[in-house]
This record gives sequence, structure tokens and C-alpha cells, in this order.
Amino acid sequence: MSGASFERGYNALKEQIDAPVAAFLSSCVHCGMCAEACLFFTETRDPKYTPIHKVAPLHKVWKQEYTFWGKLGKALGLSKPLTDQDLTDWETLVYDSCTMCGRCSMVCPVGNDIAYMIRKTREGMAAAGHAPEGLIGAARRSVTIGSPMGVKLPALQAQIRHMEKEFDIKIPVDVEGADYLCMLSSMEIMNFPEYIGSIARIFKQAGVSWTLSSEAFEATNSGIQIGVSDIAAVLVQRIVDAAEKLKVKAVISPECGHAYMAIRWEGPNLVGKQFGFKVVHILEVLDELRAEGKLKVRDKETQKLTYHDPCQIARRGGVLEQPRNLLNMVAENFVEMPGAGKMNWCCGAGGGVSSNERADELRLKTFARKKAQLDAINPDAVVSACSNCRIHLEEGLEEYHMDIPLLSLTETIAEHLIEK
Amino acid sequence: MKKDQTLGETLRRQGVSRRSFLKFCATTASLMALPPSMIPVIAATLEKARRPSVIWLSFQECTGCTESITRSSSASIEDLIFNAISLDYHHTLQAASGSAAEQARETAMQENHGKYILVVDGSIPAANNGYSTIAGISNFDMLKEAAEGAAAIVAVGSCSSFGGIPHANPNPTGAVSVSDLIKDKPIVNVPGCPPIPAVITGVLVQFLTFGLPDLDHLGRPKAFYGQSIHDRCYRRPFYDKGLFADTFDDEGARKGWCLYKLGCKGPTTYNACATEKWNDGTSFPIQSGHPCLGCSEPDFWDAGSFYRSLSTPTENIGKAAVYGIGAGLLAGAVVGSVQRARKQSAVKAHQRVTIDDLDKES
Amino acid sequence: MTEAEFLLWVRGPAFNAALFIMLAGIVVRFVEILFLGRKTNLAQARGSEVAGGFYTTWRRMIPDADSFIRSGFTIIAGYVFHIGLFVVIFLFVPHILVFERALGVSWGGLPSNIVDATTVVTIVALVAVLLHRIKDPVLRMLSNASDYLVWLVTILPLITGWMAFNRVGLSGPMLIGIHILSVELLMILFPFTKLSHAFTLFLARWYNGAIAGYKGVRS
Repeated sequence: MSGASFERGYNALKEQIDAPVAAFLSSCVHCGMCAEACLFFTETRDPKYTPIHKVAPLHKVWKQEYTFWGKLGKALGLSKPLTDQDLTDWETLVYDSCTMCGRCSMVCPVGNDIAYMIRKTREGMAAAGHAPEGLIGAARRSVTIGSPMGVKLPALQAQIRHMEKEFDIKIPVDVEGADYLCMLSSMEIMNFPEYIGSIARIFKQAGVSWTLSSEAFEATNSGIQIGVSDIAAVLVQRIVDAAEKLKVKAVISPECGHAYMAIRWEGPNLVGKQFGFKVVHILEVLDELRAEGKLKVRDKETQKLTYHDPCQIARRGGVLEQPRNLLNMVAENFVEMPGAGKMNWCCGAGGGVSSNERADELRLKTFARKKAQLDAINPDAVVSACSNCRIHLEEGLEEYHMDIPLLSLTETIAEHLIEK
Repeated sequence: MKKDQTLGETLRRQGVSRRSFLKFCATTASLMALPPSMIPVIAATLEKARRPSVIWLSFQECTGCTESITRSSSASIEDLIFNAISLDYHHTLQAASGSAAEQARETAMQENHGKYILVVDGSIPAANNGYSTIAGISNFDMLKEAAEGAAAIVAVGSCSSFGGIPHANPNPTGAVSVSDLIKDKPIVNVPGCPPIPAVITGVLVQFLTFGLPDLDHLGRPKAFYGQSIHDRCYRRPFYDKGLFADTFDDEGARKGWCLYKLGCKGPTTYNACATEKWNDGTSFPIQSGHPCLGCSEPDFWDAGSFYRSLSTPTENIGKAAVYGIGAGLLAGAVVGSVQRARKQSAVKAHQRVTIDDLDKES
Repeated sequence: MTEAEFLLWVRGPAFNAALFIMLAGIVVRFVEILFLGRKTNLAQARGSEVAGGFYTTWRRMIPDADSFIRSGFTIIAGYVFHIGLFVVIFLFVPHILVFERALGVSWGGLPSNIVDATTVVTIVALVAVLLHRIKDPVLRMLSNASDYLVWLVTILPLITGWMAFNRVGLSGPMLIGIHILSVELLMILFPFTKLSHAFTLFLARWYNGAIAGYKGVRS
């Protein structure tokens, strides 16, 4: 038995519409420039992937509920109301072909933040039962198990022991009064556990007091990806509880895009109150340490490196300069790809797209955009700060037989530490 | 002046040379924009023209039209042409008065029944026949009677053509034009306040030569009223370039720039002023530095102020703007509140979505 | 109704009505938008919303390099007809007189022959934009009847204005009258179609910039 219904979805859309949404929808002039900013359109040339078109269900509800003439038209039967079939038809547009990367929002000449509206449209889609299966599964696992990939504490503990042995270092868990509580993403725990070792090494050298929490280690927020604030709030609350219990000064969001968005920008709004602690991204912490001279590194990287900006951290998150400062510290040959920075192209896998099997083929097609950027500079390696980006880009590079490794920025720094 | 003398005979008797006569025909042909081949036709027709009987009725008028037609600065050809019609009745110009004058009119009307030209200046008061009478006869009755036996009617001046000054708001006399009252005779409107002398005579010559001229939708001869002032104005290059006088005596005015900003009605006025000019081609209002009033157009008195430019609204739009914004704020507040309440009820109706609420029942 | 009466009507009560409807409609739109409100942001700010709002409001006028390459035609043709419309509406002396009547302030205009040439360029740009809208797959998919109606009511004042200035096709009073009527049609449709973007885009860009500015991003 399920509570998903069209009525709940419709009501959710009504709830979500605010002044910005109304301003955006009033201003759209159908110029189509958003399409050329979206890699799902540019790599397929299919007009249905035009970003503003993806929020048509939200547009319809706005028109028919929140404009005088729209409401009148609906009452007189002059316009068709939104139907469940509309939502069915829009599933692939709202979920499969959008990562909420926000590049369209940077380009719209009238200033529409379309990614903002996609996020809100997902609330309606999900409540009406139109979220993709993969995301529903991830959300369920997040809530019941504590991780979208089903990673439980024992698995984490195993990786912790592994790292402690490899780097001869102690990894603090549940240390009350530590300055920083570090979050991890399941992707990191399972696929890139070196991240845990890396932060341990860096914090040891810099003398940073930090801890993990055995009760809340998951940063990934499937509630954000599926677009259900209620679920997202439950997941954020766990982190808040752990942070308050351990009396930390700040929570560090790991190398995961939407995790940062979830805890840093949506978090307090989801749980309904300001945090009593700060929220920072690992790159912000590292850059601060660099600026304070607490990072001692040696032997810069000589291979040609470039940096892929994870959308939720850079354009939508505001962490743009820090990775560049850090890379310049450890790399001799750091080259920006064309369009780097806040206008960088999305990897194509964020926002739940990679958890959605139905979107696999489309997602792989979009890699061509990143490939074009890389082809322009021919790097030896790509550095990034999001595990999801890394996994997807690795897949794409393999598909195109490109021998370019994906590196984590944190791990790269750790590799160059002068350790005692 | 014997009635049976042809025009040609009259002119020769008056000592007008053939050369002068042909020059006049050439001028008239050119004024009507006719080709040179028409000159001999005009000459031949006028030569043979018998002085038709003309009855000139003056109703609610200022006599300006008569002043105009007689405003020839010298013994011009116009004068003579005029003498070559048998002007059997005209208040200002006739020698007779009183019952003798009325008798002359009635005799002329009887003797030339169906053939005389009726010229009318001044409007007719329709609100009360007693507002304007001649020898106890109301304008209305006199017009009706005279029109009945006329071959054609020439309404000289804006008053008889369109109602003119008496017709201006609030039109207390109920002034109407000739064409408002007479529906069964050909009427040629020769409007202007007053019309240009040469235009009046030109129309008569045209009528005598060719019969009823081509008329525009307002019954005006296209030969004289086919072009707007704007399209023939010598100041047009300034309009096209955007150089305007802002006041009557500023630098632009002194340089002879376009008078659009001062309210010139040239663009909407059709007359021959810009080409034929006044006082034998001396000047016309715009050349003298005053914007065209549009006096040959209907209701030029009520067409939104002489000094308000054609592009601007005639009414005080500031009020409409303020009311519009005010109404918008009010309506917006009402509509906005309703919509805000609608949203708030949606927020209240929110049911928490849990992981059990994500699947549709299959 | 005679031609003269028609001209007086469009210059009189019709203009008042159109102005009333346009202003009331725009204000209602604005208030409708604002009354929906925005939830207070409880996250800790990194940057200023106000600075972000101002930034995006103006900066969004300039497209980024990549968009310029990909959407070059849309941007160039769009700018040509927008600037053209601005020149024709605000820098033509007979129009400035209307604003002076409404607002009590005046300003200098461009030579009328230059405005006339600008009108032609603007018309050409609008025709090009229409052809693009019909041919381009994205635009074809996005466009509805309203888009085409708006195009028509935008180009009609330009065409009738050009005709009025160049005295082509109709009598003097009708040239001016039809032109003013076409403007009134545009005014009336302004608040109820995408034309409202002329005003609401300032809100949209502001919100966009504010949301990004809060996070320390210049959008």
C-alpha cells in the first residue's frame, strides 16, 4: 500500500511555487538559449531536453493556480488541467535528463533559475509516485539502512581499519569535542576509501581535531536527488543530531556534489532551524589550511592536470577558487579546460541520474561534452572533488578508450604531504 | 453684362488678350495637375462658355469666403472670370437689397431652373430654423428651395462643407453642412477657413470645363484637395530630419524648422496651401511660422487643440496612468491575497512523504 | 465613424483605456508575484543577496562566450530588435512628446531619418527572428500561439509607424490613427503575454542573483 497519489503531487507543486518561480515563469520568452547550455540537449540535439520545457508541469500549475487569467481559464474550461499522464510523460525529462547542474540558470537572458524549478518540480513528481525506481530504492536504503548504496557501519569500520593500517594513522570516531565532524559518501567508502586515509593524513599534519560519527556517516542525500524534502530532512537531521551530540564546531562535507548542497545550503531550511555549527566543504578546510601555511607539501605533480568543477560544489555551491589554489600548490602543470570555473560543463551523472538505470544510455551520451573539453587540452589526468563525477567520468573515458585517470583533489594533496 | 455673351466675347470686350487668356488656362491646367494637352481644351471650353447663372446663398457664415474670392490683389483674370458668370444673387456683392434682391433670386431660379449653379457658404442651423433667416426665410427653407432647381451645388468654405465654426463644440445652433441636408444633388465641397481664392475659382473653372470634378471621400475636388499639406510642405526636410521649432520664437523657429511640435496639422490636412499659397502665392501659415490649423478638414476646431502635436494623446493621460496603477495595486492586493491564501492552504494540506509513499499502486 | 473621428478616438479615450489596462495589468502581475513570497533562508550566508541581485540584474545583459557561439543568432538578432525598438520608441521626437505629456520630462531625440532607418533594420530583424522561430527545432517545440501573436503585435507598430513617417498606403489621418491603434493593441496585451518580461525580468534576474549571491556565486 502506498500513499503516492496525483493529488499529493499536485498539492506539492502548489506548495513549491514561490515569488521567484512566479517571476521566472512570467519572464520566459521562449528564446531557447537554455537548451544550448544543457549537455543533455547539446549532445543529443533532442528539443525535448530544453530545460524550461522540463518544468512544464510546474508552469501549468503556476498558471492555473496563481495567475488570475490562468485560474479563470481553467475554471471556464478553456485550458486543460494538469493530469497524471502529464507527470508520466515528464518523468524522463525531470529525472533522467537533468542533474540540476544549473548551467541553464546561468545563461537564461531573463534570469530564470531553471535548476531551482527542477528541484521543486521533483517534489510533485515524487509525491505523485513518478520518481524513477533507482532513486526510490536509494531513498529507501538511505532511510532504513543509512546509505543509498546500503553501506552499513561494519563496512565503514572495515575500511577505517584498512586505512589505519595502510597509513599507520589513527582515525578518530565519535570523539566528543572535536572541531570537525567529517561526513563521507557511500561512493567514497566503497570505491575511494583512500579519501578517508587522505583526510586523516592531512589533518594529522595540520593539527586539526576531527572525528567521524558511527551514528551518522553518510553525506549523500537521496532525498535531495529524488526531490522529497521530507525524506531529505530526515537524513539531514541525523547529521545534525550527531554534530550536536559530539559538540563539534563544524561539519565537513566530503567530495560529493549533492551532499554539499544538501547539508550546506538546503540543510537548515529542511529541518526548519539554523545550525549551531558551521558547514564547510573539505576543499574550503584544505584551502584555509593552505592559507595558514599548515600544509607542507613536496615534489609537485609534473603531469598535465586539469580540474573538473563539480556543479553542486562550484556553480551551485560557491567553492570555486579553493580547488585552484590547492592545485597550484601541488601541481606544476595545472591547465584549465575551456569553460572552466562557474560555467564548467556538468559530468552528466549528478542529481540522481547515475542512480537511475533507465538513464544509463543517455548519461553516457552526454559524456561527449566533457570529452570535447578534454580533447581541447589533452591532459594527463583529471582532478575533481566529487566521487560521483569521478566514477561517471571514468566510465566515459573507458568507453572512449581514453587513458586519462581521474584523481581526487584531497588524495592528491595527501600524496604530496611531507610526513614525519 | 449681357447674359448671353460667351465668356470669350466678354474677355475680348474687356481687352484681355488671347495670350493672357491662354496663360490663364495654362496656369489653371497646371494647378489641376493636368497635362499641357488639356490647355487648348480648357481654352476652347471657356471660350464658348456662356455665363451660367450662379446663385450664392450665405447662411451662418463670417463672409470670409467671399472676402477670399474677391481678394485678388490686382485686376486679375479671376476677377474677369468671375464677371463672366452671371452672379445673380450674392448678399455682399450685389447692388440690390431687400425685396428687390429676393426678387432677383427668385427670377433667376425660375429662368434657369435645373441649370443654375448654387454656391453656398455658411452652415445651416438645424436646432431651430429661426436662428438664421434671410428676409424672413429660414436658411433651411431657402436651401431646400434653391437646391431643388440647381444643376449642382458648390459648398464654399468649411462651414457649408462640414459645419465649420458654428459646428464646434457645443454647437448651440445645431449647425449642419449642406451635404447633411441635400442628398439628391451633386455637391462639391470646397472647404477651407477660408478656401484659397484660386481654389474657389479653379473649382468653378474645372466645373465649367469638365463638369463635376473627381471628388474625394469628403466630397472635395481631388485636383485641389488630393495632397496633404505635409506632403507638399517646403519644411518637410526638417520634419524628416527631426528638426523642430519648440516655441514660436526659438532658434528653430527662426531657422524655419518644422512646426510639428507646435501642433501643425499638416499631416492630416488636405488642401493646396503648400503649393498654391495665399495672396497670390505670397505665403501660407507654415511659411509665416504658424502651424497649420487643418481648416479644410471636418471639425478642425474640435480636433484636439491647434497647439497639441498630432502624436500626443488629446486627454490628460496622467490621470489614466494614476488610476491604472491604483487599480492595479488594489486588484493585485485582492488577487495576490487570494492566491497567497491558496498557497498557504496547500502548505497546510501537506502530508509528509515517507519512503512508503514513493510508489504508485500498480 | 469618419477618419477624423477615428483619429481623435485613438488619441483620446482609446489611449486612456490602453494605458489604464497596461499599467493596471503590470502592477497586478508584480503584486501577484511578490505576494507569493519567499521563505527565509536559514543557511548561513556566504555572500550578499543584495549584491548578487544587483550584479545579475545588469550582468545578465551580456551573454557568456559559449552561449554567444552556440546561440549567436538569437543573441544578435535579439539585441538588434530590442535596441531598435528602444531607439524607435524613445528617441523619436514625436514619441518623446507623448512621454513628455505623460511624465512631464523630455529628452533629446535622434534625427528622424536615422530613426526611420532603424525602423527598417528592426523590422528585418523581427522577420529574421520569426523565421528562426519557425525553423529551429527547439523554438518550434517551445512556441505556442501566444508567441506568434506577440510577434505580430510587436511588428505592427513598426510597420505602421514606418508607413506613417513615409506617408505610404493610407490617408494622413488613417496612417497616424492605425499606427496609434496598433500601439494600443501592444499596450493592452503587454501584461497578459510574455511581453511582461520587460518588467518581470528585473525580478527574475534579481532573484537569480540573490539566490546565487547568498552562496557566494556571481550568476
